[in-house]
Amino acid sequence: MSETKKYPAPVTNPETAAFWDAAKQGKFMIKRCTACGEAHYFPRSICPFCYSDKTVWEKASGEGTIYTWSLMRKSPTGPYAIGYVTLKEGPSVQTNFVDCDLTTLKIGQKVKVVFKPTDGAPLPFFTVA
Amino acid sequence: MTIKGKAYIAGIYEHPTRHAPDKSTAQLHAEVAKGAIEDAGISKDDVDGYFCAGDAPGGAWPMVDYLGLNTKKLRHVDSTETGGCSYIIHLGHAAEAIAAGKCSIALITLAGKPRTGVMPPRAAGAEVDFESAYGATTHNAYGMCAMRHMHDYGTTSEQLAWIKVAASHHAQYNPHAMLKDVVTVEDVLNSPMISDPLHRMDCCVVSDGGGALIVTTPEIAKSLKKPLVRLIGHGEAMKGPRGGKDLDLTYSAGIWSGPRAFEEAGITPKDIKYASIYDSFTITVLMQLEDLGFCKKGEGGKFVADGNLISGVGKLPFNTDGGGLCSNHPVNRGGMTKILEAVRQLRGEAHPKVQVRNCDLAVAHGTGGLLGVRHAASTAILERV
Repeated sequence: MSETKKYPAPVTNPETAAFWDAAKQGKFMIKRCTACGEAHYFPRSICPFCYSDKTVWEKASGEGTIYTWSLMRKSPTGPYAIGYVTLKEGPSVQTNFVDCDLTTLKIGQKVKVVFKPTDGAPLPFFTVA
Repeated sequence: MTIKGKAYIAGIYEHPTRHAPDKSTAQLHAEVAKGAIEDAGISKDDVDGYFCAGDAPGGAWPMVDYLGLNTKKLRHVDSTETGGCSYIIHLGHAAEAIAAGKCSIALITLAGKPRTGVMPPRAAGAEVDFESAYGATTHNAYGMCAMRHMHDYGTTSEQLAWIKVAASHHAQYNPHAMLKDVVTVEDVLNSPMISDPLHRMDCCVVSDGGGALIVTTPEIAKSLKKPLVRLIGHGEAMKGPRGGKDLDLTYSAGIWSGPRAFEEAGITPKDIKYASIYDSFTITVLMQLEDLGFCKKGEGGKFVADGNLISGVGKLPFNTDGGGLCSNHPVNRGGMTKILEAVRQLRGEAHPKVQVRNCDLAVAHGTGGLLGVRHAASTAILERV
């Protein structure tokens, strides 16, 4: 299903354009604040924790573990599994799990990022590592 | 400053319809406004405050005009939009406005047609590119909460099912309820899986309809004929993934709105005789009961089991109209109906089979948005005077 499913292209904006430019190179980026040291996702120009504007882009490992998931059994495009992945770098991100058995997902399971094409920049998803 | 005792709910109305193909959304707003105004025994020309949320076609100014409110008198408007709990937030805001002398008779309306009409789209937030493709719906967003709650605390599907069972016990006495059949734990567990771990019977109904409130000053309320019900505590709060730091989907913003409301009221959850708890899903109720302090975090499963939420059976009668799980869920927003049944309980107007004896303190609590993503919560403590 994930092979045929059509995903919407990100609209992008000046604050997040660098994320999508990197995605086109297969890189999964997060933002880190150089003032307080915290990483966050999705990317903002102002750190949501300390309000410093000294945030920088950082290439994430793309590795993480499943925080939670739920398998939507029916939809117009077929079953899909939504969830959150806690990245190695700290932040948890909302995603779908793809290219793996969706009936055996488990909290704590190791996953890694994969990109899926759209008509614009590719979108990050996660699959079992 | 406090709003404790500064505002009374003098008029209520719940639309009996659950399916309204032959009515407009604005018409439903007018019908519930008329119902609440007549219940209070006032004139629509007396209304000097109007509150509505995202379900009101065009927002406040088109609604004020359509409803024919008295614009020479209307002097306070609030269109705070926080999804299903908007109306509980409106109740608190109306009390604030009344306490500050900004209005004296406030009308709050909710109405819409998710079954037979088109729901207005919600404006996109800053997160849109990073989330919209993943298909978060109510079902799977609350499913994610339930999945993690089960993982962290050992909560079971059987325990969640008890919440639906209790709602169905109450709904059998509500002639307007969409689902009047009493169900068992096994029925819930045998219903189809919708989004793991939530079964179909863990989910609320989809219904057309609406409801309205008249909120007023103590002096005006005492001049009217209805039993006196006043707001003595109110809280509101919001929660989201907050940059993804320390994500914890096992609690909601109710963990902040609840204590704020109880503190203002000067009571504790133990004092509550009846609880209206937003039941978009069974997990919503379980998490809210924990967050409001009816039991410890993680012990909601034990608390709701074995009929503890059934009126006349358990310790905490909840949603005695059948709630969203069985009666209705107008516009996919459960906050208004939570207040309405709490007021009926305090007035002694609930169905005799579910009426709580000596019901003098009630809580109406709701959430809006998606518990598994970002959401608001609001808690109102109501007292019969």
